[in-house]
Amino acid sequence: MNQLPYFLAAWLFFVGLYGMVTTRNFLHLVMCLGVLQASTYVLLLEVGYRAGGTAPIFKDVPRGTRAVDPVVQALTLTDVVVGVTVAALLMALALQAHKRCGSLDPNDMRPMQG
Amino acid sequence: MTARARVWLFLVPALGAAALFVWALTGLPDFGHYRGPYGDVVNARVIPERHATSAVAAVNFDYRGFDTIGEEFILFAAVVGVTVLLRLERDEHEESPRDRAERHASIEVADAVALACIGLVAPVLVLGVYVVTHGHLTPGGGFQGGVILAGGPLLVYLAGRYITLRQLRPKGVLDLGEGAGAGGFVLIGFVGLVAGAAFLENVFPLGSTGSVFSAGTLPVINVSVGLEVAAGITLIVYEFLEQALIVRAGR
Repeated sequence: MNQLPYFLAAWLFFVGLYGMVTTRNFLHLVMCLGVLQASTYVLLLEVGYRAGGTAPIFKDVPRGTRAVDPVVQALTLTDVVVGVTVAALLMALALQAHKRCGSLDPNDMRPMQG
Repeated sequence: MTARARVWLFLVPALGAAALFVWALTGLPDFGHYRGPYGDVVNARVIPERHATSAVAAVNFDYRGFDTIGEEFILFAAVVGVTVLLRLERDEHEESPRDRAERHASIEVADAVALACIGLVAPVLVLGVYVVTHGHLTPGGGFQGGVILAGGPLLVYLAGRYITLRQLRPKGVLDLGEGAGAGGFVLIGFVGLVAGAAFLENVFPLGSTGSVFSAGTLPVINVSVGLEVAAGITLIVYEFLEQALIVRAGR
């Protein structure tokens, strides 16, 4: 089964999604979103992996060494940065929600509360 | 809607989506059999064309540099967003950190923790500068190094020196660093235009492969991004720490 490592990405995605749907705490929700996003890192790195390839860093290695795909690794960096910024913004929103409602439970929120 | 109904409402479509996802995954090439061609082209051309040994950095800040400007401004926008969301509101006032420190005098940081944190500040900053400036040679770069640099102020806070941190009045400097870092990247892009080439084209001298001053615009962009990320992440942390000093009126 040569596709088996890809299923790790599917597992992370749906476990994270399940956590987001059933969560009772906004901070937990942010963490679940992090798990969900980790699935994209895993999938990107797996797609660019080449059996026996080294990291695409050519310092101190002989010319012509087989290396994995650097393009998906660069995309993963973008992905990580976006993940961090989204987490920071969501936590700021959670903080404000807690100030207004005194709770972090999404079920305690009422729509359009001023 | 009850919690149980909500889970079912999620599970049914999620199972369908999962089935489609798994079906799509089975259509991918076998794991470990990368078929290219872009990664191979970059790996083969990065040293002759750019004199950089880190192909990832070359993709991020050169071949795909325009995209990374967008990425940098995502971070910029998020910092602005956090600052706006966590501003001082009408019914809030800020407690002076000295008052608060007196009220919470019992919460003392253990000497061993404080000493370890203060001792780590300088090495962490040096490591951050190293990672930023060697981004085009080894793993690392502006984003990674910038986050390490932001660890420095956080260690000062962990050492219980929050008052020291505030007395430094870092906000103006951080705002400046954030703006200068983000603007610097775009400015380096315009250097390409002024030199008669394309926006963000690598027009600086390439130097000899493997030295810190090589790879043309790569180290310059890395320093600019490092400045922006270090200032941005510190600002985000600072905004959250400020919240601990904000007291709502009537509570």
